[in-house]
Amino acid sequence: MADSGGPETAQLSSNDSKGEVGDVIPEEARSLLRKMEISVAEVEKRTGKNAVNMLETYTVYLIETRRVDSSAENQNFSPDSLWRRYSEFELLRNYLLVTYPFVIVPPLPEKRAEFVWHKLSADNMDPDFVERRRIGLENFLLRVASHPILSNDKIFYDFLTEENGWKEAVMETGFQPKADSRLKALNATFRVKNPDKRFTELKHYSDELQSVTSQLLRVRARVADRLYGVYKVHGNYGRVFSEWSAIEREMGDGLQSAGHHMDAYAASIDDILEEEENYADQLKEYLFYAEALKAVCRKHELLQYELETAAQDLMSKKQQREELVSGTVRTFSLKGMTSKLFGQETPEQREAKMRVLEEQIQEGEELVQEKKTECDEYVRNAWSDMERFKVQKDRDLREAMISYAVMQISLCKKGIQVWTNAKECFSKM
Amino acid sequence: MSSDLTAAGFPTPALTEEMLELDEDDDLEVFSKDVTLTDGSSVSASLPTSPSSMTNQYRFEEESDTRDIFVTVDNPESHVTALETFITYRVVTKTTRSDFDSCEFEVRRRYQDFLWLRDRVEETHPTLIVHPLPEKFVMKGMVERFNDDFIETRRKALHKFLCRIAEHSILSCNADFKIFLTAQAWELTSHKKQGPGLLSRMGDTVRAVAASVRGVKNRPEEFVAMQEYVDTFSQRMSSLDKVTQRIAKEIKEYLDDLKHYGPTYVLWSGSEEELVEPLKGVASCIDTCCQATEEQLSQMSNNLVPLLHEYVLCSDAIKAVLRRRDNIQTDYEAKCDILVSKQADREALTNTEDLSIVLGRLLGKVPEEARQQQEQRLHGQIEELKGEVEKLEDRVECANSALKGDWERWQSNMRGDVKAAFVSTAEKNVDYYEKCLAAWESFLTSMNADQSVEKSAGLTS
Repeated sequence: MADSGGPETAQLSSNDSKGEVGDVIPEEARSLLRKMEISVAEVEKRTGKNAVNMLETYTVYLIETRRVDSSAENQNFSPDSLWRRYSEFELLRNYLLVTYPFVIVPPLPEKRAEFVWHKLSADNMDPDFVERRRIGLENFLLRVASHPILSNDKIFYDFLTEENGWKEAVMETGFQPKADSRLKALNATFRVKNPDKRFTELKHYSDELQSVTSQLLRVRARVADRLYGVYKVHGNYGRVFSEWSAIEREMGDGLQSAGHHMDAYAASIDDILEEEENYADQLKEYLFYAEALKAVCRKHELLQYELETAAQDLMSKKQQREELVSGTVRTFSLKGMTSKLFGQETPEQREAKMRVLEEQIQEGEELVQEKKTECDEYVRNAWSDMERFKVQKDRDLREAMISYAVMQISLCKKGIQVWTNAKECFSKM
Repeated sequence: MSSDLTAAGFPTPALTEEMLELDEDDDLEVFSKDVTLTDGSSVSASLPTSPSSMTNQYRFEEESDTRDIFVTVDNPESHVTALETFITYRVVTKTTRSDFDSCEFEVRRRYQDFLWLRDRVEETHPTLIVHPLPEKFVMKGMVERFNDDFIETRRKALHKFLCRIAEHSILSCNADFKIFLTAQAWELTSHKKQGPGLLSRMGDTVRAVAASVRGVKNRPEEFVAMQEYVDTFSQRMSSLDKVTQRIAKEIKEYLDDLKHYGPTYVLWSGSEEELVEPLKGVASCIDTCCQATEEQLSQMSNNLVPLLHEYVLCSDAIKAVLRRRDNIQTDYEAKCDILVSKQADREALTNTEDLSIVLGRLLGKVPEEARQQQEQRLHGQIEELKGEVEKLEDRVECANSALKGDWERWQSNMRGDVKAAFVSTAEKNVDYYEKCLAAWESFLTSMNADQSVEKSAGLTS
């Protein structure tokens, strides 16, 4: 696909990408999705040689894109497509994390099935798991494509459209070494004196969100497991009723048909719980979002720390200058000690030192200014994305709970039907 | 009072009508032989019952369409003595029967007393199907005997046991039953002692074992069919019992985990602002489901589980009845064998080449006299045996007809009980889902209402 459409959309969306709260126009209209339909249409298994020349089986996903022109009607563009592996998705995400550290980058679906409610679904090759992963990857792409900033990224665009040479292009951006240092920094321990209060609260919130969603997912999985047990045991009624009906004249028919309903009841739980997995996936997405949220807070702390360190250094340099000028030694320094031991230094030496200090102070002030600007800009951008995220999260989770309620209602209605039918069969015995 | 007795859920009048239709011919056949009920009924042991009066009484009871004796078991109380702790139950009887001194009786009985009654009734009516007593001990799931649920379950079972006897046209006339319902504690104790002693009971057991070893020769077709049915029925009931208990266990475990589920949503709401309403709403729905599940589980444990267990015990009771019937037939067949052999002996006597005659001659006895003595002795024995055989044959006929009559009755009771229990369970399950449905639907409504409120607020701002 030659037509990039990238710069144009960048032009259009950079002006109104503030993401104001209460903005009625959906973000999709301002972003890449206005120009393009994106989907992860198919999944296939491939076998090939890996980096160490060993045969491995892996899964690939078909990304389909289609030009959409909102102005013209009856446009019938044929879709373009290419295949990507999960690892390429991971590469894309890592690139985005490094390139836009102030953005709460959408998470990928889990690599391995966790919070499984049933031993069967722990298998990565399980078709249901693969299908849910396909949906998760599509969701990821749609989220990125509807983000006011991320959707303008060229590498992202190429990911969707350029099959060959994409990996090399990503590497050429030089993001990998930055990714490594970022990871190191995120894991380092340091103390920040004056963090932005909003970010402290945000970090606290992200910890709570992470903890509560993982607890919720765990309990939900256990409840699902138990419910599965309840329904399946009823299948035994089907078997025994059927066997019993053989020796009963009057009750035989009633027992037989009741037995059928019990079998149906037992079988119904599979679909019910499979659908509930979608709800679990929605919760999982926000569990992983919490991680992304934490990273943004952490980055702020890092920048703030660098600012404070630079400011601290500057202050100490200034103090040294003052001492040099006034001749008093207030701060302990090796030079001071040696000069005391070996005698005062010469005026020439002092002047040389002064010049060096002045230079350092000059550099220091520039650095502090730089860091301050960086920090302020970061805070502004990150907070803006945070507000966008908050609106999205509230909307998504609310809808998730509504759809959960809908699922429960469907489950209840099915239950009522089965037992009403069974009751009728029993009454006829 | 009467509502308690029809707890089984089937219409009593219809039941007895059915029984009448089937038993009419059999009863007439029995009574035309003009013998006493040789199964040892203590009521009519000395009085020969005339066919017409018995049948009339029968018909009168059934056609009157009203029950004239009602029994309830309630009010368990614990008694502590130096030696033991036990529970007594209040047994209240209301009756219009003329052979009762009063219309209302109230006594206290303990489990032992019920056991005694059951044994007596079984001895007196070996081939009638008596509803089983709850078990003496419950093996698993109960730690202490006097757990509240256990006592209540036992009380219900004891109540049903007595009700079934009271509803039975033959059993309700049993003398021991009457004493059980009316006697003071000390009266009952002394009456119990008068019963067949330990030795006689042991003798019965030995005979029974011997009979089962001998084996019955020509078991009538219908009883063969009955045996097959009971064997299969027993297996099915055991399976159902196990399945139901397993379901109850699974529901309990589900409930335990569900109780942790709701609170997690509440916990989450603590960190949120906009999401507080939906989160709390979901938590509240889940709590409603928890309550509904408790009720569902309770219904199952208190109704379906005990009922199925009762019928497992019933199967065992019927198997015992069939064994006893077989023993009665075996007794008869054994006596027949003896008679036949004695008759063969007599045949042999007419043959003059009998060795004992020769010996008699040698010993100097007059051959003719000896032979005549021998013949007379045998003749006496044979006549006696003939009488006994006739009695045993009648006993077999009685036993068979009693069982046949009771069989249909039992089947009808069983169908009624089973149907009622499963219908009730299905109803409860529908109720459970309806409660949960209502909770989730109201949550959905409130969510939609919020959204429309927000929308209108957005438009006006």
